[in-house]
Amino acid sequence: MAFFLTLPLILLIALLVLYPAFYSMHLATLNKSMQKFVGFANFTFLFKRDTFWMVVRQSCIFAITAVFFKALLGFIVAHFVHNLPAKGQRKWRGMLLVPWVIPPAMSTLAWLWLFDPSYSAFNYTLSFFGVGPVPWLGDTFWARFSVILVNVWYGAPFFMIMYLAALKSVPDQLYEAAAIDGANWWQRIWYVTLPMMRNIIAITTLFSLIVTFANFDIVRILTSGGPLDSTHIFATWAFQVGIQSSDIPLGACVSLFMVPILAVAAIFILRDVSKRGNEA
Amino acid sequence: MSTLAIDKGGPTRKIKYRSMSRDRAWALRWSYFFLVVFAIFSLTPPIYMLITSLKSSAEISAATNPWWVFHPTLANYVELLTSNQFLRFFWNSAIVSIVVVIVTMLISIPAAFALARMKFWGSTTLATGVFLTYLVPDSLLFIPLFKMLAVVQDLTGITLLNRWYVLLFIYPTLTVPFCTWIMIGYFASIPKELDEAALIDGASWLQTLTRIFIPVALPGLIAATIFAFTVSWAQFLYPLVFTTSVDQLVLPVGITTTLIKGDVFNWGQIMTGALLGAAPPLIIYAFLMDYYIAGLTAGATKG
Repeated sequence: MAFFLTLPLILLIALLVLYPAFYSMHLATLNKSMQKFVGFANFTFLFKRDTFWMVVRQSCIFAITAVFFKALLGFIVAHFVHNLPAKGQRKWRGMLLVPWVIPPAMSTLAWLWLFDPSYSAFNYTLSFFGVGPVPWLGDTFWARFSVILVNVWYGAPFFMIMYLAALKSVPDQLYEAAAIDGANWWQRIWYVTLPMMRNIIAITTLFSLIVTFANFDIVRILTSGGPLDSTHIFATWAFQVGIQSSDIPLGACVSLFMVPILAVAAIFILRDVSKRGNEA
Repeated sequence: MSTLAIDKGGPTRKIKYRSMSRDRAWALRWSYFFLVVFAIFSLTPPIYMLITSLKSSAEISAATNPWWVFHPTLANYVELLTSNQFLRFFWNSAIVSIVVVIVTMLISIPAAFALARMKFWGSTTLATGVFLTYLVPDSLLFIPLFKMLAVVQDLTGITLLNRWYVLLFIYPTLTVPFCTWIMIGYFASIPKELDEAALIDGASWLQTLTRIFIPVALPGLIAATIFAFTVSWAQFLYPLVFTTSVDQLVLPVGITTTLIKGDVFNWGQIMTGALLGAAPPLIIYAFLMDYYIAGLTAGATKG
């Protein structure tokens, strides 16, 4: 009985998640026309390419920087919202979560337009301060900066909401006790807020690390990997190699390099989630 | 909470003589100041979409103040909403999202019910597996899935590539794991006495599910539905890989591929399309914000 209720779920996971995952490993060992087994030739080919190492480095820079700033910004904004009188919180929360609600493909188009080389609204505004024009997407440094900026814009609200929920669950008595003991604001954050929110921070950060590391939409629409492949991350490069240049085995190979980092993050999340389950 | 006032004043002796209410007032002022800054940062792109969508191509290329509309016009909206191509994208997106929501619920509610209440061989492993599946990103699977579809198409002769309906099978891999996971959490929080009482009264498992679990866990169900809808509506990578003909595209892919013609960007129309594409999730969010947030936070806190 119970088995039949879960059967569709099991079939879905087995056929459309597990099977493709293993199939991907099989594909990665074939040659471009997918008729010959070549072993690890695709992998060794990648190791010899500079672009590949650039993608590895850019993926790590992109994911770590973006997640760090998302977490920091989310934490700060959550505190400010938490400071407000309870009545006004809803309105602000609603406004600040908007970036997360808009489909990223749509909002990235707006950013693309804001970054437009000749009509950039940012450059228009900056010109009044005597700054710029900034080549937002044309220059390697600025293009990397821009994709991270858009990712932070999109993802920070998620952290804000998670932290806000966590902040509300910290009992007020702890702060009162800390205040009586003469703790200043920094000590209160360090010794009360952070330990109480430790688990939620860990889960949110790891989760975001997975999503950011595997990001596709933002980089694809904003730069398509350019200029000179400098903003490519694993997903966009795998798309370019595997689908656009139709070298499916090599594309599968590229995307498989995401697995180790995703797996490590997943293991830690699972540990924290089950810990939470045991506490409750 | 006078954290911020002390932040500004620094830990000097003076603080002791300052009144609590003045501390609080300053904390509040600083909070409002920074929140306004963050709100501007958050809302600039959507507002800029709206501004641009109200401009004519002539006004955009005249490069006047980009933050202001001098001659507002609805021409972009009229043009898109009367274009069969755009309506086709909208229709494809709507049908795919709605069917995926229904499929997701049909799969995940029974499964969550079984995993929350009936202990059977491998049930805990399966629950963990569901959560792990939720962590598998689309960018890991699009290449093997693409090849799989090509192989199945060759074997059976059923056209799968470049057809919108193939998305109906693919999207549930993104929605079902999360929905099952949060439904397990909601179902598990229902007191056992409730369904035991129903069983004693002679209700079947199916009746317990439809008469007790679904009504009691309705908030969770709504949160899961919203999640499934927004994920399906926003999905970009799978349709970009699996569909190419103009009449098969969904909204996000349609806007990014057809409205950008070569190097000619018709920004007024692109922004209008993007705004119309963002509208359904935004409208749902505006009316059901609390459910939306419940679904968002449930992922890490439930279970």
